[in-house]
Amino acid sequence: MSWEVVIGLEIHVQLNTVSKLFSGSKLSTGAEPNTQASLVDLGMPGTLPVVNKEAVRKAALFGLAINADICRHSVFERKNYFYPDLPKGYQTTQLAEPIVGAGEVEIQLENGEKKTVRIHHAHLEEDAGKSLHEDFHGMTGIDLNRAGTPLIEVVTEPDMSNAEEAVAFARKLHAIVTSIGICDGDMSQGNMRFDVNVSIRKPGDPLGTRTETKNLNSFRFMERAIKLEVERQIDVLEDGGEIVQETRLYNGDTHTARSMRSKEDANDYRYFPCPDLLPVAITDADLEALKAAMPELPNARKARFMDDYQLSEYDADLLSGSIATSAFFEGVANAGGDAKLAANWVMGELAARLNAEEKDISDSPVSAEQLGQLIARLKDGTISSKIAKQVFEACWAGEGDPDAIIEAKGLKQMSDSGELEKIVDDIIANNAPQVEDYRNSDDAKKKKKIGFFVGQAMKATQGKANPQQLNQLLKEKLG
Amino acid sequence: MSNAMHNKTLTELKAGLAAGDFSSRELTEHFLARIQQHDGELNSFITVTAEQALAQADAADQAIATGNTGLLTGLPIAHKDIFCTEGVRTSCGSKMLDSFIAPYTATVVEKMAAEGAVMLGKTNMDEFAMGSSNETSYYGPVKNPWDLERVPGGSSGGAAACLGARLAPGATGTDTGGSIRQPAALNNITGLKPTYGRVSRWGMIAFASSLDQAGPMAQSADDCALMLQAMAGHDHRDSTSLNEKVDDYLGALNNDIRGLTIGIPEEFFPDTLDGAIADNSRDAIRELEKLGAKVVSVSLPSVKLSVPAYYVIAPAEASSNLSRFDGVRFGHRCDDPKDLEDLYKRSRSEGFGDEVKRRILVGAYALSAGYYDAYYRRAQQVRRLIRDDFARAFEKVDVLMGPTAPETAFKLGAKKDDPVSMYMADVFTIGVNLAGLPALSMPTGFINGLPTGTQIIGNYFREGQILNVAHKYQQATDWHKQAPVFGGEQ
Repeated sequence: MSWEVVIGLEIHVQLNTVSKLFSGSKLSTGAEPNTQASLVDLGMPGTLPVVNKEAVRKAALFGLAINADICRHSVFERKNYFYPDLPKGYQTTQLAEPIVGAGEVEIQLENGEKKTVRIHHAHLEEDAGKSLHEDFHGMTGIDLNRAGTPLIEVVTEPDMSNAEEAVAFARKLHAIVTSIGICDGDMSQGNMRFDVNVSIRKPGDPLGTRTETKNLNSFRFMERAIKLEVERQIDVLEDGGEIVQETRLYNGDTHTARSMRSKEDANDYRYFPCPDLLPVAITDADLEALKAAMPELPNARKARFMDDYQLSEYDADLLSGSIATSAFFEGVANAGGDAKLAANWVMGELAARLNAEEKDISDSPVSAEQLGQLIARLKDGTISSKIAKQVFEACWAGEGDPDAIIEAKGLKQMSDSGELEKIVDDIIANNAPQVEDYRNSDDAKKKKKIGFFVGQAMKATQGKANPQQLNQLLKEKLG
Repeated sequence: MSNAMHNKTLTELKAGLAAGDFSSRELTEHFLARIQQHDGELNSFITVTAEQALAQADAADQAIATGNTGLLTGLPIAHKDIFCTEGVRTSCGSKMLDSFIAPYTATVVEKMAAEGAVMLGKTNMDEFAMGSSNETSYYGPVKNPWDLERVPGGSSGGAAACLGARLAPGATGTDTGGSIRQPAALNNITGLKPTYGRVSRWGMIAFASSLDQAGPMAQSADDCALMLQAMAGHDHRDSTSLNEKVDDYLGALNNDIRGLTIGIPEEFFPDTLDGAIADNSRDAIRELEKLGAKVVSVSLPSVKLSVPAYYVIAPAEASSNLSRFDGVRFGHRCDDPKDLEDLYKRSRSEGFGDEVKRRILVGAYALSAGYYDAYYRRAQQVRRLIRDDFARAFEKVDVLMGPTAPETAFKLGAKKDDPVSMYMADVFTIGVNLAGLPALSMPTGFINGLPTGTQIIGNYFREGQILNVAHKYQQATDWHKQAPVFGGEQ
């Protein structure tokens, strides 16, 4: 009997507020160490936290986006532990009464099925600083710029049964938080970080002992780390061993993982309500205002793409998967006037090219308008799809808009039938043996043998012959 | 020389400054000289900021000359060393912060300075405000000016002693379980703990955040009203500071108290109470009856649980609040730590005194997995019962009264090895902190030459009424005017 995999995720989503969760310091990206840390962030004696309303608003918006209950009186608690980059000796977070209660997220699987992943809750909390272990001659440097950055931690139920589902969920969550504008979604900056809880069992058995692999910061690492951990657990159990409840660290560069600490070493965090902060109250009016301001959610967008652009569910799901991709696709579709072509190009040529160069769609060298123009030229027969790829490459290389490239390189399809007819006549005249052979063949063979003449014609026109027109002409003339 | 400047109240000194009887510089120099002369014996100050005080006094004299005065212009004030003062050591009575120069100023200090107050220095206190005798200070115990062999109470022991000895005319204190009121009673001065949230906690080093509250200490109720007028108010930097308008405390001082209903909680006069202590407070209440107040008996049945509840909640919060003192960013760091664990262990072991360590241990225990429900949660439930008791009482009465402390100042070292007996010193004051109510202690007579105090507890935000009652009492009596024979003068 095979193993059943059970996966639950905890995702830290960094909110894109202007200032920190409990202080007026600006959120830091790339600032000099400790220049974005105020008295509060440094945990100076006598300082006090004041909650950032915008962070509360964004957390509640997330709750509404996943159909969750919003806690009307959520409570901040202190999670006590010592660490040098935790300035107060406790993290201010939520436990018993988190702002976002149970909700759900629907994901689309590759086999076309849908699955609902239940969200246990999501809570607001502050991030810690960073410990820097290099360059300090055996000492550790502390950078508190990140300390106090607002996060929501989203905790799922153990509803995913393989790495692919976990990734599909993670991508959907990314799509949701970027669509509603609460997170910049830049994985390379740690805007989203995943902890994965994995256990395995035989079907029908109770849940197995789980391990937690922490701080995965890309979809790819998450997928690979889950697969690695599943393999490890299967090996251990099939060798008669036992899974130890522990926290593990995955190294993406070496594709290895190691145990960080076992359950026995776990801290007793001595949570209790933070006496410096009042409960966060959210009223009906607040919720109504949030609902009214709710941007289009990925699933609504997906439905709209299916309706408005007649896309398949799978295409619509992929294209609605991130706010940047959605916007790009709609830009291409509108400029090009053909949604199906737009979808194919965005998911095909463009995605492949972006992937190869590890670029985000928002950094695409070919703009949505340019790709739209290319599609328009393809659609009106100015260029063939083969030429289109050539134009796309030139556009990618920064040689200008598709129209300008087509003009400059003389790539316009030969649609003047007189000119093409003359070329075809010449080819027939100069290749008598092949013509003879063609004419003596049956229909099935003719279909293959016409390729020779098409090739000759394309060569003579440098690929600019309209393929349909050329085929038609050849069939007529060869008989 | 009973008319000396140091025997005058802040209110009288303010009038003297306005009338040009003396300058703020003269006044400040006078108190600085007294501190210089007497504080060696008393140890009520940790840091004296003479130079800054004189600069502030000169600025105050300028302001007086140009008529540009605030509530406290030119008046010397001593701040408890729990309030951060930019550029000045802020030790909180601990070795941990012996070298800590605060990089910013507490709201209380800032607001009083904005009203023209002159800061004389920083007063001694129990370490991190944990204590009822001022014996836990890293800087040594403060002596009671009424008997140098006795404690001044705590934790605002330095503030109360310097006021009692007339080394300063006004001082700030903080009160988590009685730390303003108990030392006020033991030094024959007047001290008010305002409603929780009335005075900002920004810049006040936290002991137990849900209980800590700053307040004024001075010779008289009208002085406390003057100081509170400057201290109180909403502060956007403190989420627990309430956005309620500040009453006109000075304006309410002379309100008629005829018809006022005083509740006497039977629990404040238990059979075990020293009869002389009870008598002094009963006499004070009788005095107010003469002024037209009515007296009724009430019961606060849960208040007897306040000491155990407090000694779970306060240490629990403290154990977390004091985690930031880890030797990493500020405060004491041990020499040559060999690793992170060693840095933490030695910095904290060396930096904290015994009582602080005791409370951190108790608090961490009360919050730990498996004990939280039995201790912390239960203590919070008791806290609710206590609050409800007071709320029921205030449906029937305007103020509640009883003794501030169960005994007069005890001998230095008498309770050193008996923490529980020490904790009982706050048996009458702690309930008020758990409920978040305002309460004042005022001098109400002596036993064997040692001062006793009586507490007036009011409903939320009724500081004006409490001060009014105390002021009326002080106009009819002169207990608060008694000063110790100290340093060969009076």
